[in-house]
Amino acid sequence: MSDSEQTIGASLPRRDALRLAVGRGTFTDDIVLPRMLHMALVRSPYAHALIKSIDITDAKNSDGVVRVLTGADLEDVCSPFIASIEFLPNMISPPQYALALEEVAWQGEGVCAVLAESRALAEDAAELVKVEWEELPAVVDPLTALLAGTPTVHRKLETNIAMIMPIEKGDTKLAFANADVVVEHSFEFGRQAGVALETRSVVADFEPAGRQLTVYQSHQTPYQMQDVYARHLGLAEHQVRVIAKDVGGAFGLKLHAYPDEMAAVAASVLLGRPVKYIVDRQESFTSDIHSREMTATGRLAVSGQGVILGVEVDILSAIGAYSIYPRTSVGDGVQAVQFTGAPYRLPTFKGRVRIVYQNKTPCGAYRAVGQPIGCSIIEQLLDLAAAKLNLDPSEIRRRNHLRSVDMPFKAAGGLEFSNVSLDECLTALLAKMNYDSLRNDQKKAQKRGVYRGIGLATFVEQTAVGAGLYGPAGVRVSAQEGCSLRLNPSGLVNCSTSVTDQGQGTLTGLQQVIAETLGIGFDDVTVEAGDGGATPYGGGSWASRGLAIGGEAARLAAIDLRNKILTVAAAITQELPENLTLVNSNIFDGSKCLMDLSELSEIVHFRQNTLPPGVDFEMNVTRHFVPRDFPYFIANGIQASYLEVDVGTGAIKLLEHWVAEDCGKIVNPLLVDEQLRGGIVQGLGAALYEHCLYDDAGQLLTASLADYAVPLASEMPDIHIVHVETPVSGTGLGAKGAGEAGTLGAPAAVWCAVNDAIRPLGAQVWKQPFTMAHVLQALNSKGSLL
Amino acid sequence: MKASTFKYLHAQSKDEAYAAFAEYGDEAVILAGGQSLMPMLNMRLAQPAVLVDINPISELSGIVLLNQQLHIGATTRHVDVANADLIAAELPLIGCAIKQVAHRGIRNRGTFGGSLAHADPAAEMPACAVALDATFVLQSRAEERRVKAVDFFLGVMTTDRRPDEILTTIELPAQTSNDAWAFHELSRRHGDFALVGVAATARRRSEGLEELRLVVFGCEERPRISKIAASTSLSQKDALELATAVAEDLDPMSDLEGDAKTKRIQARTLIQRALDDLFVEGANG
Amino acid sequence: MAEMLPIKLTVNGAVVSKLVDPRQHLTDFLRIDLGLTGSHLGCEHGVCGACSVRVNGQVIRGCLMLASQTDGADVQTIEGIFEAGEAAELIAAFVARNALQCGFCTPGMLLTAAEIVAEGKLLDRQEIRNELSGNICRCTGYQSIIDAVEMVLLEKLKEA
Ligand SMILES: Cc1cc2nc3c(=O)[nH]c(=O)nc-3n(C[C@H](O)[C@H](O)[C@H](O)COP(=O)(O)OP(=O)(O)OC[C@H]3O[C@@H](n4cnc5c(N)ncnc54)[C@H](O)[C@@H]3O)c2cc1C
Ligand code: FES
Ligand code: FES
Repeated sequence: MSDSEQTIGASLPRRDALRLAVGRGTFTDDIVLPRMLHMALVRSPYAHALIKSIDITDAKNSDGVVRVLTGADLEDVCSPFIASIEFLPNMISPPQYALALEEVAWQGEGVCAVLAESRALAEDAAELVKVEWEELPAVVDPLTALLAGTPTVHRKLETNIAMIMPIEKGDTKLAFANADVVVEHSFEFGRQAGVALETRSVVADFEPAGRQLTVYQSHQTPYQMQDVYARHLGLAEHQVRVIAKDVGGAFGLKLHAYPDEMAAVAASVLLGRPVKYIVDRQESFTSDIHSREMTATGRLAVSGQGVILGVEVDILSAIGAYSIYPRTSVGDGVQAVQFTGAPYRLPTFKGRVRIVYQNKTPCGAYRAVGQPIGCSIIEQLLDLAAAKLNLDPSEIRRRNHLRSVDMPFKAAGGLEFSNVSLDECLTALLAKMNYDSLRNDQKKAQKRGVYRGIGLATFVEQTAVGAGLYGPAGVRVSAQEGCSLRLNPSGLVNCSTSVTDQGQGTLTGLQQVIAETLGIGFDDVTVEAGDGGATPYGGGSWASRGLAIGGEAARLAAIDLRNKILTVAAAITQELPENLTLVNSNIFDGSKCLMDLSELSEIVHFRQNTLPPGVDFEMNVTRHFVPRDFPYFIANGIQASYLEVDVGTGAIKLLEHWVAEDCGKIVNPLLVDEQLRGGIVQGLGAALYEHCLYDDAGQLLTASLADYAVPLASEMPDIHIVHVETPVSGTGLGAKGAGEAGTLGAPAAVWCAVNDAIRPLGAQVWKQPFTMAHVLQALNSKGSLL
Repeated sequence: MKASTFKYLHAQSKDEAYAAFAEYGDEAVILAGGQSLMPMLNMRLAQPAVLVDINPISELSGIVLLNQQLHIGATTRHVDVANADLIAAELPLIGCAIKQVAHRGIRNRGTFGGSLAHADPAAEMPACAVALDATFVLQSRAEERRVKAVDFFLGVMTTDRRPDEILTTIELPAQTSNDAWAFHELSRRHGDFALVGVAATARRRSEGLEELRLVVFGCEERPRISKIAASTSLSQKDALELATAVAEDLDPMSDLEGDAKTKRIQARTLIQRALDDLFVEGANG
Repeated sequence: MAEMLPIKLTVNGAVVSKLVDPRQHLTDFLRIDLGLTGSHLGCEHGVCGACSVRVNGQVIRGCLMLASQTDGADVQTIEGIFEAGEAAELIAAFVARNALQCGFCTPGMLLTAAEIVAEGKLLDRQEIRNELSGNICRCTGYQSIIDAVEMVLLEKLKEA
């Protein structure tokens, strides 16, 4: 047995890595069940239309087809779903159906499902379904959606405005009037897709005799889906079991209840046969949630010393045709406002977000929800102010960062901080990147006509969210995480957890926490997850919670199991339990080894008769944890980007990237570092290429991986990481989350760097992504280029 | 998505392919490397009744040098073009540009002839073929035609090839030490199709360059020789002016990555860089 | 349905004879007909590289080749490569360096990386990045993958 000491904090490779690397993972599409049917969908070719009629005659008679289903067929099996928030009674949210009934509201909305012997045959038949459409005007542009007189996204809606939320603290008017410098900037954020490499996938298996539904699904949170399926398919909770085996990336997009997946599950219930539905890549672009489509104007007032006096921000967030079930789609816009300026001391703040529907793919939570928007806005404004004041960008940040002395702190947008380490992060970052010499390099390059820029982005990240978010909202998503531990006869331990892992390595982190807390070897613990029917109830994986919350549950369970073990050991050895310790799977009294854990394990499993009467021999414990003393943990850090702009073509070349990050106690640096890097590269994709483009009729123009460009290895820079480690006090483990920090800050860092590079030319970019065309547009604003 | 149904024919010889053309007419489509056709099949954008796989026809593949002409068989794979010593020595322009074509796994399978027959305006090989004044050999059961590259490309994915013809060989005059060449490409990411690209050849003379064959590709419907550039005998100081004139003469298609104006600016930059290269011996690519 | 075609090929060293639907691509054949689910489908239009397999010694995209074209071919998948112990150093380096997260891209990535390593050319980091540009990874940010490949390449060149 391996060494149990100091497992927490060690860079241990993931226990699942080899299995996955050599192709022995079980992704949902790898699952094959007897009599399984394959589903293909007919999706709406229009952004907005009425379904006049559907003729399925030819499709039904096509080779290998078992059933063709329309919205009417599923209406009785699957009730409609409405994503709303209890404390926002005025929020408007149209109902969604597994398959559209009379009206479609985005290009790609499912209309008809074909169940056949193979996917190819199902697709053949889908081509034969004849739908008669009446096209309706499509609302595509968010500003138009706001205007009175604009047609509505759904005929039954009276307005396209989902909600409007103002936030105000102090008197910004006065602050702006008294400011030495006021800067202003407008921003456009392109709509993005999550693009998990494994598309959404589901295999639903309804067994009609016992009325048991088992759903294998590529999903982040099986518990939520069990609840959704039970309630909408008229089943009891315990008749539904959702199992997420290996999941090929998720990033938030596999957090929702999608109508097409509901249709597949409903079809299985209706037919009493297993149904497989794999969203293909083109479908994924029109039907996975999108996010981040926003425009904003921001204003910043600072004193002559560069101290922030006030911030004003006005955001318009467009969320597509529906509010996604069950978590809603308003989080993106709301968090965008809340996070504008969140890392800084803002004496006054005035914010507003307006959230509108449009005839486009529905939006939802994608990694870092709204936070990158708020970050980009304030960081850009700070750079503009710094330039006016002739202050270094690092200096203006330092003058305004929240500091330890400000703690605890409640920010204007409502965020609650218990600790921060922004100044420490800034110092560490500047040292790591050799900031001064980089500035020299930049100057020298400019003399050669080469435009390089440095961008800094301070960020705070909301992690480990407790029940305070969805609880009051009436959204049935659990904020607790649970952990069961079982001691086996040979002294090895099984863990079963509600935390799910889509590659983050959280399960390995739990393994480390359990091994060290118990006093056994890392390899003596195995971890099971993803089976909503067989693991402790919990949240799964969302909002960077796995180790911070699930890790704490694991730690508590391990403490309990250790105490149980030591109590039995004391009974066996006639010692006092408080004198005993468990180290390296041995039970010690001081430095004297009394027995081996496997010996004890044999006794509690096979020879209970030898135990004194009344001694507890049960070696199973389950613990749950939910943060109750704090709403969430705020992690923080700073990113920096160094890049070069080719002013002749508009091309941006990323040279290097840095991040200084504080996610509390680090359980496994190897995992945290690659979470950060992976997240940063997604943020770099957002900055450089990623954009769901639509035409005026609401047709998605970027519905393939060739058109929607994600980062490749070739253009990405090396990313240097430095950690500041400030353990949180709310848990024994002290970990915060780290899953979204990278994605959150990277676009802002690039934004600042691009503008830093081209500021000498009097230009600035204002639209993300910073495509070559946009950079040239910025450079050519005076029309001088050609 | 899965391809719709088709009949698959494994042509062992040109005659077997011709027989398929005779029987199925336009319904029969040639399958070479499949790196452009297969995506279209899988997305059901193409739904041919019959696929004629010409990969087994061994005479269609290989690279030979005959009378200062390189003969490249149509089904020679991109990877074999990229690795061939003959190409490196005799056609450095192709040797440079082929590295920009797609990615390893695609180059292992995609073919030189397929790239030309497919005639994507943003593809590298068609532009190089035009710049190098290549001749395309097209064979049908009835006849063999030889078509100059400039005449072969008619528009977006449209060529002079008739449905019953196989593009069999591409003949390219070997470049000599007197031949200057340049290649520049702007793409979003490594291996992507060009947003704008320039392939150019010229003869070095003691005072400047002549016979400039400058092809701007990726932004117009087909690769073509710039007439403005061709009519000039060039010295280095005229480069900027010429680049601007050529760029202004373009008629770029606007697409998701930029409007016509953007493309002209980018083209001008690349043309200027290409011209700079042409003047500097050995500083290509 | 079109007429099924007989094919006979070698897959991971074993001879396989099957009837295939002409339109079926190689990856579907391997996954569905042979149960070799280590090769994945991330797009089916040639962009992501998750479907990469080796045909006659070269890495190709399984979604862009028909099963019917592999009559007589020698096909190797990640399963066979692992069992043969062929890319053991590379696989070990991926694991040690945490060069995979969800692992969906990894079999394809490993096949491409193995081809680069086998060619044995000294490549700098940017060159390794370019050689791997045809395999999309949405999770890792690539750096750990580049590190792993670089490590194995340098090791191998040192030995030679
Ligand atoms: C992700 C991706 C990226 C790519 N990037 C690039 C790139 O950057 N640059 C680039 O140039 N290409 C790129 N390609 C395309 C690739 O180079 C193809 O290999 C090439 O365009 C077509 O060659 P093929 O042999 O694969 O032809 P196929 O796909 O088999 O055929 C293409 C077309 O040509 C016809 N055809 C093929 N051969 C002949 C022949 N001998 N006679 C008559 N007709 C024929 C076919 O009928 C078909 O219509 C990319 C492909 C992918 C999937
Ligand atoms: S599945 Fe073949 S390249 Fe994506
Ligand atoms: S590890 Fe998830 S896509 Fe590469």
